[in-house]
Amino acid sequence: MDIEESKKIIVEKLTKKSKTKSKFYLKDFYKMIPDEKPRAVKNLVNQMVKEEILEYWSSGSTTMIGLKGVGKQASAEDEA
Amino acid sequence: MAKHETPLLDQLESGPWPSFVSDLKQEAESRAKNEKNMEYQIPVDAVDDLLGVLELSYKHGRTHWKHGGIVGVFGYGGGVIGRYCDQPEMFPGVAHFHTMRVNQPAGKFYTTEYLNNLCDLWEFRGSGITNMHGSTGDIILIGTETRQLEEVFYELTHTYNQDLGGSGSNLRTPADCIGQARCEYACYDTQAICHELTQEYQDELHRPAFPYKFKFKFDGCPNCCVASIARSDMSYIGTWRDEIRIDAEAVKGYVGGEIPSNAGAHSGRDWGPFDIQKEVIDLCPTGCMIYENDELKINNKECTRCMHCINVMPRALRIGNDRGCSILVGAKAPILDGAQMGSLLVPFIKVEEPYDEIKEVIENVWDWWMEEGKNRERLGELIKRQGFQKLLEMTNIKAVPQHVQEPRSNPYIFWREDEVEGGWERDVVEYRKHHQR
Repeated sequence: MDIEESKKIIVEKLTKKSKTKSKFYLKDFYKMIPDEKPRAVKNLVNQMVKEEILEYWSSGSTTMIGLKGVGKQASAEDEA
Repeated sequence: MAKHETPLLDQLESGPWPSFVSDLKQEAESRAKNEKNMEYQIPVDAVDDLLGVLELSYKHGRTHWKHGGIVGVFGYGGGVIGRYCDQPEMFPGVAHFHTMRVNQPAGKFYTTEYLNNLCDLWEFRGSGITNMHGSTGDIILIGTETRQLEEVFYELTHTYNQDLGGSGSNLRTPADCIGQARCEYACYDTQAICHELTQEYQDELHRPAFPYKFKFKFDGCPNCCVASIARSDMSYIGTWRDEIRIDAEAVKGYVGGEIPSNAGAHSGRDWGPFDIQKEVIDLCPTGCMIYENDELKINNKECTRCMHCINVMPRALRIGNDRGCSILVGAKAPILDGAQMGSLLVPFIKVEEPYDEIKEVIENVWDWWMEEGKNRERLGELIKRQGFQKLLEMTNIKAVPQHVQEPRSNPYIFWREDEVEGGWERDVVEYRKHHQR
């Protein structure tokens, strides 16, 4: 699948779910692009983080990924 | 005068062992005195506040830390663990108190100058508290504020040639024992492969790639000084295929008491004369040794490389010459499921540059786990869920007797129908002609 098209699908799906959920496991992205190998999707997601379309959130043990600026932000973790 | 009263922590100092509380108090005092005239970039009383929040946690019986959020520096998806105190007014010095994981050098060799510089950097831009080393193997720098992260990273990479380690759903910092640099038991160069795989898998180390954490650890021999068999998803344990080398004269030296057993490690007390039968032969788990007519014989086919005899008589017994490693998979600590030790996947493999065969095993395992692993499921749990046989299929490794702990106890290796002559179908009518119901 075309990279730009894949990126579009990811952004669309995350935007659609953003009212209920803002952070996703890497595995959730595999399902969004089922024709691609997990490793290719992983590389695409990390690329999208680099491009600042997506962002990471980590508990320290597990990493989650969401649309940049959506949901609770790392810089606001100290707020109640 | 301490900033906070800490009666519960003070009690911890009364035991016979060195206490981390004493260390923290020493650091708090040192920061207050500031003999080096440092311009501290985070509050000078951060360590006092750390003691205070810990005392409060002990008093309440619950934590006052929140965690999460920050993952690393720009371009990285790991290496920093966000920590925030949930009582920031009471303890402003630790309101933001992030942890940084720094990739330790293979074998953990440092110069004093390097350690001094690292400590000075952390005094300047962090709390001054370090953990050398964390259970991951990393140099852990405990406690700094968000705005210091990039600054510390810049200094580490540009001045000290050091990188951040792994955290989150990444490959964690590979860890190894001291290996052939200092140890005659090492069956392969642990530092070389640890360094090579760290370089090869930089992307997996710095950016999330997996359903959960993944750890490599390299032990040069079955003494397992980094405990890879218990702590890593993929454990490399040095072993040999041929025979334990015996120096008959040195054996006599041990028996005659001229050479101290265990390299003199238990010399603090008189344990009586060395008894080879009681201390070596009878303790061999497979009973593969015999000492008669002043001669030690080993049935090497039965040896399971427990290392006991070699540890007791290191000058008389040495590891074999045909060396490599065994690869075990699936060890983990008890977070979701119970704790697990590693299961043997590759009984013997040569450890030689460029390590292509080993990399092939790694990448096959990763492909399977990335595809089939559930969120927050470790490799060991996937192996339990889908079966060891599935792992063998996915890694193209043939089932061998070493995969079975003992007959009928872990029978995860089954024949497929196409592997059995005649298949599963049979003619029942024909069968009944010869066998009554």
